[in-house]
Amino acid sequence: MTRHYSALSLIREGLNGQRGWEPAWRDARPQAHYDAIVVGGGGHGLATAYYLAKNHGITNVALLERGWIGGGNTGRNTTVIRSNYFFPETAAFFDFALKLYEGLSQDLNYNIMFSQRGMWFLGHDRHAMEMLSRSVNAMLLNGVDAELHDSDSVRRHIPGLNDRPRFPVLGALNQPRGGTARHDAVAWGYARGASRLGVDIIQNCEVHDFIIEAGQMRGVETSLGTIRSDLVGMAVAGHSTVLAAKAGIRLPISSYALQAFVSEPVKPCLDTVILSPATGTYLSQSDKGELVIGAGLDMFLSYAQRGSLPWMERAAAGVVELFPAFSRMRFLRQWAGLVDITHDSTPIIDKTKVSGFYISAGWGTGGFKAIPAGGWCLAHLMATGTSHPLATGFCLDRFRSGALIDEASASGISH
Amino acid sequence: MFLIDCPYCGPRAETEFRCGGEAHIERPSPHGEVTDEAWSNYLFYRQNPKAEHRERWVHTAGCRRWFNVARDTVTHRIIAVYAMGETMPAAAGEPR
Ligand SMILES: Cc1cc2nc3c(=O)[nH]c(=O)nc-3n(C[C@H](O)[C@H](O)[C@H](O)COP(=O)(O)OP(=O)(O)OC[C@H]3O[C@@H](n4cnc5c(N)ncnc54)[C@H](O)[C@@H]3O)c2cc1C
Ligand SMILES: [Zn+2]
Repeated sequence: MTRHYSALSLIREGLNGQRGWEPAWRDARPQAHYDAIVVGGGGHGLATAYYLAKNHGITNVALLERGWIGGGNTGRNTTVIRSNYFFPETAAFFDFALKLYEGLSQDLNYNIMFSQRGMWFLGHDRHAMEMLSRSVNAMLLNGVDAELHDSDSVRRHIPGLNDRPRFPVLGALNQPRGGTARHDAVAWGYARGASRLGVDIIQNCEVHDFIIEAGQMRGVETSLGTIRSDLVGMAVAGHSTVLAAKAGIRLPISSYALQAFVSEPVKPCLDTVILSPATGTYLSQSDKGELVIGAGLDMFLSYAQRGSLPWMERAAAGVVELFPAFSRMRFLRQWAGLVDITHDSTPIIDKTKVSGFYISAGWGTGGFKAIPAGGWCLAHLMATGTSHPLATGFCLDRFRSGALIDEASASGISH
Repeated sequence: MFLIDCPYCGPRAETEFRCGGEAHIERPSPHGEVTDEAWSNYLFYRQNPKAEHRERWVHTAGCRRWFNVARDTVTHRIIAVYAMGETMPAAAGEPR
């Protein structure tokens, strides 16, 4: 069987009628006991399982996913990767994630199609330009690449921008190392990497409850029976509060629907990522040729994986305002994911009052770009019992102490 | 798209309204005696049920008045609309 992906194995399997490929990961059935359990088969759960095995040698691990891996927000997001944060803690963490992304295809031997095509954050008025130059300065001070461009320079770099806009483009922040990656490939690549190191990837396995004895985590009750382990990590995004409640834990998280949609595929016409929060939209073009368009949050609690029509209209209007040439393109699909929002838009990677139970949550509208670092830090916390230095600020206690890392207001973008 | 039955103006489109989050939250007091936990709870911890939720809405593009709504967060079905300061009518019954 062929497991390694390379030019040579491609040629060999081509000559062999593609019959010798090993499945990317083993579809496992649960054992009665594991050294560690990770609940949630999104990018964060899968990366956690992978780094538990790879960085810490904990390979007797079960990854439990209620549906199919990557079927949550990880497979529903608009795949923008960037690290334009304001505060030192978040800048360091998200830039570490970006660096891991830069080497991830090699590390996983799986092409995640990471394309560093740049990420342009447009400013449409004087105040936005002041905020953007403040952002650029903060990024540079934090050692992150950033450029401030004036209106002419933006037009030189982005062909097709409206030349008679209602909301003029006065300039932009560009992060050249930003870009997009194939979301499914991130989930599948981590699953394959974890599985090869011994992790059981178990799909269609919903966690219903936790087994807790005298404040110690002992395992989970699932749709496939009881699975025991004294070490459980949870990364279930929009379902974080519902599931944590089963362990008697309240989280400062609200679940909202965030939507995106894609157009019909067309020839390459947009070679970078454009964010224009002022016009209510952001977009890029996928390698398939679809325009991938993201909207904003429906600002009421929701567990329905569908976005509202008003937001869809607003985001589409924003696209047409920016690029009149796209006005006749047709929508192909629209969907939403359930995102886990914290008050300060900064995630939570922490232990809980139940010993042996750890959570990673609050990734909200921007946790795809964080996946490698989120998995890295949750695995570190689960394996060592102490916070990774990059994630010490992402603690639950900040909501009591007041040490919020308020990116919700600082970097001026919804995350 | 929701149709929200403003108690003052009647049924109007969702775009005319804004949701103000969880209803019936009481500010802890007396001020000097509120613990950090209680204060944190008041500021940052909200109910987030995958079920019926009591929340406040305001008719921003209409009468600009606030009222309470009981809404299912999975189906988005509005179960009851009732005035600020009122408790949820016991027999909410039929959806509106
Ligand atoms: C429309 C949209 C656009 C976005 N755009 C971007 C972007 O451009 N850039 C960016 O960085 N981020 C973006 N995000 C955010 C990003 O998608 C998420 O933050 C990230 O994918 C979260 O990963 P996760 O692994 O925590 O969650 P998920 O991928 O949602 O995984 C959680 C998993 O847990 C499973 N689960 C839930 N309950 C249980 C249970 N009881 N038992 C077992 N399994 C359970 C779910 O089925 C799910 O598969 C976007 C999100 C959306 C919805
Ligand atoms: Zn009204």
